[in-house]
Amino acid sequence: MRTLLESLKERFPLGPITEQRPDLAFVTVERETLRPLIVHLRDREGFTHLVLLTAVDWIEENLFQLTYLVHDRANARDIGLRVMLPRDEPEMESIHDLWPTAATYQRELKEMFGIPFPGSPRLDEEFILEGWVDIPPYRRDFDTLKFAEENFEHRAGRGTTDPATHMRERMATQGGSK
Amino acid sequence: MTGRATSSPGGSTAASSPPIDLSSGKYLKLWQGPQHPGITGNMSVELTVCGDEVVEGKTHVGYLHRGFEKLMERRTFIQVFPIVCRVCVPEPDFNEYCYAATIEELAGIEAPERALWIRTLILEMGRINSYMMYLGGQAGALGMGVIGQWTTYVRDLMLDRFEELTGARIYHMFILPGGVRDGLPDGFDGRMEETLREIERTLADVEDVMFHNAVFKKRTKGVGVIPVDLIDRYGVTGPNARAAGLPNDVRKDHPYLVYPELTFEPVTGTDSDMYTRADVRRRDVAVSVDLIRQIIAKMPRTGPLTAKLPNVLHWKIPRGETYVRGECSRGEYGYYTVTDGSGHPRRINVRGPSYTHAMALLEHLIPGTNIADVAALMVSLHTYPPEIER
Repeated sequence: MRTLLESLKERFPLGPITEQRPDLAFVTVERETLRPLIVHLRDREGFTHLVLLTAVDWIEENLFQLTYLVHDRANARDIGLRVMLPRDEPEMESIHDLWPTAATYQRELKEMFGIPFPGSPRLDEEFILEGWVDIPPYRRDFDTLKFAEENFEHRAGRGTTDPATHMRERMATQGGSK
Repeated sequence: MTGRATSSPGGSTAASSPPIDLSSGKYLKLWQGPQHPGITGNMSVELTVCGDEVVEGKTHVGYLHRGFEKLMERRTFIQVFPIVCRVCVPEPDFNEYCYAATIEELAGIEAPERALWIRTLILEMGRINSYMMYLGGQAGALGMGVIGQWTTYVRDLMLDRFEELTGARIYHMFILPGGVRDGLPDGFDGRMEETLREIERTLADVEDVMFHNAVFKKRTKGVGVIPVDLIDRYGVTGPNARAAGLPNDVRKDHPYLVYPELTFEPVTGTDSDMYTRADVRRRDVAVSVDLIRQIIAKMPRTGPLTAKLPNVLHWKIPRGETYVRGECSRGEYGYYTVTDGSGHPRRINVRGPSYTHAMALLEHLIPGTNIADVAALMVSLHTYPPEIER
């Protein structure tokens, strides 16, 4: 892994590197470097399997982190490419032409984090949510508790912690059968 | 079944085919799911058919989305532990293992050896259960209901073993960060051996009735072929990739837990069609049965079951990120966990194999198939929707 990272450093401008395990490293790269680097890893270094593509919201630093995790089966090693995007302008280049399956990840990221990937197929089709009008829900500034309190009612709690008493009271008020 | 397309190995994608004009009267839209016997779980496939040939299929998910990943960000590390198993109903233990392993790695905790053996045992038991559901579902999708009754029966026996080991049948909440909750109960080995024998007897019956059945062969051989060149482009893993002849098995390629100490070979096939995928899974059950016997024979019986954890109410983990994977019955299952030094995870991303199999791959394979084969094709990819929507 170390020799690979050294050779990558010579070819591409790399940011901070974290060697998490002997078989797993995370590398921060610029937005423009990602595509040539991931193509190099896929075509030259054997990282042919796109394991996942996801985002992390670092709201305090006003950044989104995109993580592209690619896997090299022959040598059983992984590299995670981190791309830091400004939260107010998070657009990223699509890689669906390299891995068709990336289109699904990008569609989900658009919906859940509001990160656009121009050119990615069916990007604006709803993935999981239906008729969502609020801010993208996986962003850190989306408050799930507030949303739940505004949209759902609290269920009245039990008057007693004793199940037998609770059931007696419930049957008395609801007519027995329920 | 005349005029049936024998396979749909690519070529026809939505981008390259002419646009479908619904007003021409040539096409019909059909929704298979979300409530339909020919669908696995709560998802649906929107089909556009021309006669009985499907020209386009789109997967729709979101019917059971509960925002697990977001929920986890609001919880402490120990509060996340009982949530994760709910991400996948038929094989929940991989969530527990992958979550526990990422947390242990980021927090610098090492689980004791005995716990690793018990974790491996649980994962293999879960794998058999998941395959049993698959075999019943695959047979059911082709009209052989009795297979499902047999496999559900032996799955139930394995659930009994789960119940005596973990106290629960479906969601076990047994593999917690730092180790496992308990050791094997008295007499477990004998009862497990009986269950394994029953599974082997049932498997032999299933082989006779299902895999030698002329109708099953006719409807599955040469249908739903995944060409080898699609494997990496579509992120195909597990039995779906092994049926194409690639020996991709995380247990072998990227050994975890105690797999380096166990003897087994990944099961592969050659034809990459529905029949081969079913056959690979059937033979994989036999591998799991053998692995369970090896684990029972070799595992240490004494020693600690959990590492010492910090006070879990005030447990903070330094900033870091990692990814841990395992080979579940459907392929690569993994957790990508990011921590930020606080008492809650910053982000947890669940990588379930169905995410790629049921979305991009299924949509690619559907065009050109007969409408009667869509359910069987989807089952043959062994998809579980909760992994897609988390």
